[in-house]
Amino acid sequence: MLQKNEDNERHRAFSRRALLLGGTQALLLSGLAGRMYYLQVIEADRYKTLAEDNRINLRLLPPPRGRILDRFGLALATNRQNFRVVLVREHAGDVEKVLKALSQLMVLDEHDYKRVMREVSRKRSFVPVTVRENLTWDEVSRVEVNGPELPGVTIEMGQIRDYPFADSMSHVLGYVAAVAERDLTGDPLLELPGFRIGKNGIEQKYDLALRGAAGTSQIEVNAYGRVIRELNREEGKPGDELVLTVDGGLQTFVHQRLMGEKSASAVVMDIENGDVLALASVPSYDPNAFNIGLTVKQWNDLISDPLHPLTNKAISGLYAPGSTFKMMVAMAAQKAGIQTDYKVFCPGYVTLGRSRFHCWKRHGHGWVDMHDAIKHSCDVFFYDISRKVGIDNIAAMANQFGLGGKVGIDLNGEKGGVIPTRDWKLANIGEPWQGGETLIASIGQGFVLTTPLQLATMAARIASGKAVTPRLTRGVRAGAENQEGEGVPLPEFAPLDVSAAHLRVIREAMDAVSNSQRGTAYRARIKEEGMELAGKTGTSQVRRISMAERAAGVTKNEQLPWRRRDHALFVSFAPVHKPRYCCAVVVEHGGGGSKVAAPIARDILLETQQRDPAGRNSLPIVATSQIAESG
Amino acid sequence: MSTDTFLSKRNPEMTLRQKVWQINWGLVLLLCLIAGVGFAMLYSAANGSMSPWASRQMVRFGIGLTIMFIVALIDIRIWFRYAYFIYLGVLALLGAVEVMGTIGMGAQRWIDLGFIRLQPSEVMKVALILALARYFHGVASEDIGRPTFLLLPIALVLAPAALVLKQPDLGTAGMLLLAAAAVFFCAGVRWWKFALVLVGGLATVPVAWQLMHDYQKARVLTFLNPENDPLGAGYHTLQAMIGFGSGALTGKGFLQGTQSHLNFLPEKQTDFIFTMLAEEFGLVGSLALLGLYFLLMAYGFAIAFRARNQFARLLAIGLATNLFLYVSINMAMVMGIFPVVGVPLPLVSYGGTVLLTMMTAMGLVMSCYIHRDIRISRRGTAEV
Repeated sequence: MLQKNEDNERHRAFSRRALLLGGTQALLLSGLAGRMYYLQVIEADRYKTLAEDNRINLRLLPPPRGRILDRFGLALATNRQNFRVVLVREHAGDVEKVLKALSQLMVLDEHDYKRVMREVSRKRSFVPVTVRENLTWDEVSRVEVNGPELPGVTIEMGQIRDYPFADSMSHVLGYVAAVAERDLTGDPLLELPGFRIGKNGIEQKYDLALRGAAGTSQIEVNAYGRVIRELNREEGKPGDELVLTVDGGLQTFVHQRLMGEKSASAVVMDIENGDVLALASVPSYDPNAFNIGLTVKQWNDLISDPLHPLTNKAISGLYAPGSTFKMMVAMAAQKAGIQTDYKVFCPGYVTLGRSRFHCWKRHGHGWVDMHDAIKHSCDVFFYDISRKVGIDNIAAMANQFGLGGKVGIDLNGEKGGVIPTRDWKLANIGEPWQGGETLIASIGQGFVLTTPLQLATMAARIASGKAVTPRLTRGVRAGAENQEGEGVPLPEFAPLDVSAAHLRVIREAMDAVSNSQRGTAYRARIKEEGMELAGKTGTSQVRRISMAERAAGVTKNEQLPWRRRDHALFVSFAPVHKPRYCCAVVVEHGGGGSKVAAPIARDILLETQQRDPAGRNSLPIVATSQIAESG
Repeated sequence: MSTDTFLSKRNPEMTLRQKVWQINWGLVLLLCLIAGVGFAMLYSAANGSMSPWASRQMVRFGIGLTIMFIVALIDIRIWFRYAYFIYLGVLALLGAVEVMGTIGMGAQRWIDLGFIRLQPSEVMKVALILALARYFHGVASEDIGRPTFLLLPIALVLAPAALVLKQPDLGTAGMLLLAAAAVFFCAGVRWWKFALVLVGGLATVPVAWQLMHDYQKARVLTFLNPENDPLGAGYHTLQAMIGFGSGALTGKGFLQGTQSHLNFLPEKQTDFIFTMLAEEFGLVGSLALLGLYFLLMAYGFAIAFRARNQFARLLAIGLATNLFLYVSINMAMVMGIFPVVGVPLPLVSYGGTVLLTMMTAMGLVMSCYIHRDIRISRRGTAEV
């Protein structure tokens, strides 16, 4: 009984303690329930998002890059299928054995082999590793046929940019290349491995339009990144198809014609609407090489080439215009009141102060008026009138014709050149203008610098009397869904603030340059009736001719080293009486304008007129304003 | 004292039929329900397949159920009598693990008996409670206050705890200490002594830190700041919480848990199985399972209150507390409020030893119930 009582007492003590213990446990369990409520109700949305982020990967589907077409629809830049061999380790089993079998079917060098082995060992077993890109069709079919002996090997198709015109179009189109660190803008497309963007030319200028919009594919992945299934797919928007003003056939011709020279450039324009029909610069490069990726040596060769094949000289080459500048002086003189019958006697030089300024013709032209001065390119006449007109008036006139500033073509890298004024010299050189400098400027030497594109623009403006501005892009190709975009109005250009009569004097003089027996470019005239051109030669010195040399007789260009020879220039338009096309040619260190540049311009303008791109129907387009510019 | 007098004639013997009649079928049903949840989750963990986990777990549960009935029907006095032997046997096994244990998961934890990989540390959780209940049953309430009477039980606790800690298994060692503390507490050990042990325990924290393996240190640090290292040690905790939280109120549906089926969850068939349940059945599912466990513990407590001998009371309370520790530590762990210490969810997580030990423990609790009216004298003699 004693024990029983004792046990009762123990039971009571136990019950107190056990209740306390149970209560504590119940409390802790409700704490757990509270935590459940917190995680699954209060924080549920956050964790749902995190779980989705875990599970769903968004893959970008790169859109096909828009093609670039010439004015008639000829493809200048397209996309070509690029076949590559990929290997999946978990299906391949013995990777080395498979690679050995592959090397029987295609060229696999030691470098490829090592890279593949390295990547295979680094990546998860289900991640495909690229063995080789840019397979030929032959190699593709050999791999396909030998499929059974090549476990884990598949052919994947990608797209690669293709430039059928290769180096004859490269300065217009530019090229595409891998995205560099500084190109990243936040567009996730740019971060896709293997994605290419425009790096130069039209490809760069209209990269955004050409790029299109990426599609997305939502895929479910597991914790190891293996794709389980595709949940949703949104197709992207392919890049716009750009239609250029360029005539592919003419461009090829111009490029071929310039190839005869070491370093030259030419621009052909439609003087009515500013369409650039051809724009070429030699030497040039093959943009296709950039797609595949240049080797360091190839790149260094391009960079260090003294002829600068990567530079588009038509828009960024700066040359003293030489005598082609004389039309500007003549226009300024007429505006200043100098009549066409004003005559100057050319003894072969003039003296200003203590300096003597020579005419290119050693013994002089005798009495010349403005017409003859242009026709014979007499320097003394222009020395004379430029002193009367003054540099500032000449500069104002030149500016009207598109010199001394960027004309605004849709390419990056255009240079503005220099048309000096008194203020310009004070601001840029820090010295006051010297009287003699006006004389030098009047024959397009000294400070005066222009680009071939500016010279072509000048020719177009002389021929049309309007402020023609060049353009390279007509617009976006009218697709099935935007047919209403047809009939985009041609650009309207304001008339220049010059007298039509003054212009006529210039045009007639340029006609005489080419078509009058003693004109400087008579030998390079177009003989075909109705296609005759009007032009002006220019020869710009790249060196100073010393008194001693002049006394001994000026050294012929052919006897000089190439680097010290004169630049040869020619500006022209045709047909002479009803102008439609204009052309500017600059041959670096080519020698005389009449001998070297004029024949090239003649051939180009003849070809242009025979092709007559302006007279043929071009591809329908939608408004140019819809093109997004990116550079 | 002979066995005959111990199984005293004054204690009327129950027939086997009477005993079977006394089996608490509510408890059995509860166990089957919880195990059923486990089968369903193991089926889901294998992406809708009975193999490899669900079918084997079912077989084990069947064996466990049989063991439970046998244990339940064995007289409580037998358990009382052999408590120390069982304890010593398990302690010996625990020691043997040190010698011949195989390396698994970076810690030596099991003995390969051929048919089962036995984890003596799991069995020890029951054996220790058995031994402590036996000891405190024999201590008069006035003697409880004497420190000398606490030396033996403390030794009973520390010996296995030290061995388990050496394995090293922080979770199990902690659970041994806490379950033992519950028995000490209910046996009537003074409050201030617990306070003393607590202070002493905190003082040894720096020492324990020194003894911990790097992965254990990492887990504790990760627990303190899981987002610090989201792809390293914190990854598991973070992914578990994401799985848990994204289940929301009603869950993503059976077999639809993305976190678990896409392998973002670690150990989804063992320690983190509750996360999977929470993800697929939401708050409704997780609260329901918590409720089932609560009922199971409540049964244990109720049985303890009804028992007429101190041994059964302490045994039932100890085992119920043991269950509580399993459940609360595991849940707290997967919900990110406790370090990941490798404690499974009893009856649900895949694993043989824990299941069989738990069923044995439930058998003991049920034995306490069946033999609730048997009185055992302090010295071990039974009376009505």
